[in-house]
Amino acid sequence: MDVLWRSDGPCAATELRDELAGDPAITTVLTVLSRLEAKGFVTRDRAKRPHLFRAAMTRDDYMAELMHEVLGSAPDREAVLARFLGRVSKSETDHLRKLLGQG
Amino acid sequence: MLIHPISLGLGAVAVLLAWPVPIALARARWTLRRPVIAMVCWQGIAVAGGFSMIGALWSLSRGAAVLLALHLLLNLGLTAVGTSRQRRRHRQLVELLSSPMPDRPNTRLIENEAPVAYCLPGAPRSVTVLSDGLVRLLSDDELAAVVAHERAHVTQHHHVVLMAFKAWHTALPWFPIASRAEEAVALLVELLADDDARQVVPDEVLASAVERVAGTDASSVAPRLARLSRAGS
Repeated sequence: MDVLWRSDGPCAATELRDELAGDPAITTVLTVLSRLEAKGFVTRDRAKRPHLFRAAMTRDDYMAELMHEVLGSAPDREAVLARFLGRVSKSETDHLRKLLGQG
Repeated sequence: MLIHPISLGLGAVAVLLAWPVPIALARARWTLRRPVIAMVCWQGIAVAGGFSMIGALWSLSRGAAVLLALHLLLNLGLTAVGTSRQRRRHRQLVELLSSPMPDRPNTRLIENEAPVAYCLPGAPRSVTVLSDGLVRLLSDDELAAVVAHERAHVTQHHHVVLMAFKAWHTALPWFPIASRAEEAVALLVELLADDDARQVVPDEVLASAVERVAGTDASSVAPRLARLSRAGS
């Protein structure tokens, strides 16, 4: 995923494999990509051969989504995550707003 | 039609559990010293209150009693499904965005300035998530306190308790006691997790970790700090 985020445009699976450490088998890379696609993290361009993959959102967008859930005021947050704080302090919320504003 | 004395009794219990008993419990100060007992009381009130309400309704109208029971169960089911779906999505995000900490098992680090620590309950094992902002902010001991606190939430299944009270609140939004109960239970789980962390680190360390992470804004912080300093002196 980090490789996809680093690359400028969409990538073919073989290009991704070359970037990845440990030289994984191409089938492994494709399996992981299909799984990520099923979860909505990666989109696949089927028009061309080989298929081209790109990240559905930027890393920052995902981080903003994650932090929104952790710090934001989602009503079921407390039931979903066991957090160190019962409530969010104002400085955290301000920080989050800043992050979301930039994102 | 005569109302059966048992259902009158159940009705009286339902009224007591719906209003004066939880109000008294929410105001009581001993709950801060004895969070385990307080937690059992809240769960007892919730379960007994529900059953006595349904039981009292049964003699008036069976249909209404069944409807209420179904409503409560349905809300519990929906909340459980919604929570676990959201948790799964969150876990995927965490796996994508964080890196495992080499020196701590089942702990992942996210790159974020905000001091954040939480535990994601789940199978096969729960994951503790820390932000690097938090790691920078706290000393090693304080960090250990935070991690012990998070782990306690999960080992004591606080997420299940919170989920049940949340479902109760969603099922009865017009019922003021439900929101009070949810708030009280949310504070109690923090106290219980603190008590677990105190077995690992000294009270002062936990207190300073709470203070540093929370400042004084969060409403649950004041009672937690008061407890820790009282026990220490």
